[in-house]
Amino acid sequence: MAVRIQREPFDAGAEIERLTRGRTDVGAAVSFTGLCRADGETGTISAMELEHFPGMAEEELLRIEAEAHARWPLLGSLIVHRHGRLVPGDPIVLVVTLSAHRQAAFEAANFLMDYLKTSAPFWKKEDNVHGGEWVAAKASDDGARDRWTTKSG
Amino acid sequence: MKIRYFAWVRERVGRGEEEIALPETVKTVADVVAFLKTQGAEYETAFENEKIVRAALDRVHVKSDTPLANAGEIAFFPPMTGG
Repeated sequence: MAVRIQREPFDAGAEIERLTRGRTDVGAAVSFTGLCRADGETGTISAMELEHFPGMAEEELLRIEAEAHARWPLLGSLIVHRHGRLVPGDPIVLVVTLSAHRQAAFEAANFLMDYLKTSAPFWKKEDNVHGGEWVAAKASDDGARDRWTTKSG
Repeated sequence: MKIRYFAWVRERVGRGEEEIALPETVKTVADVVAFLKTQGAEYETAFENEKIVRAALDRVHVKSDTPLANAGEIAFFPPMTGG
């Protein structure tokens, strides 16, 4: 289990390679990369500022990650989340999960993203034609998270 | 008690954190909000729709009826939009 919060970009391929190098027990490595879109939540955007709550962000991601490990037989995991100024095309978040068989890794990666979006303390402010505008939370994200509480992992 | 604000709650209050001596009658997260709303227009604006604003005690999410107990820090922020 590992969590990193950083301003710098990340290299998803290099992270997966580092996590799986030398291991012979891992049969599945699933990764999700979230990217900054020009077609933002508030309109067409030129950039976004990602604010976070230092300390709590790391701790909350570790809590979510521990929950995923409790629900699925994972052999490893990594969450990388960026903060600061990002422009369309930039990677924002990386989730990698490792397991012996693919289903656990797929489901756990999905779970991690659903929980991360609604409980990790990050906030996006998008630069659009009106200036800076805070992104509003979406009910569909709460719905995506809540489906995990009615379904056993 | 140390009070921290993030995102638009921070912008409306006008600062990221402050130390406030809370009266003894302030026992829960909701009590803190009610007290802050008596302290100036910036707090009234930040908490005008107080059901939307989330809180964390010592960096753990809590509901508004949670007792402060011995927490050293409380944070207020909008619903999260990371990922």
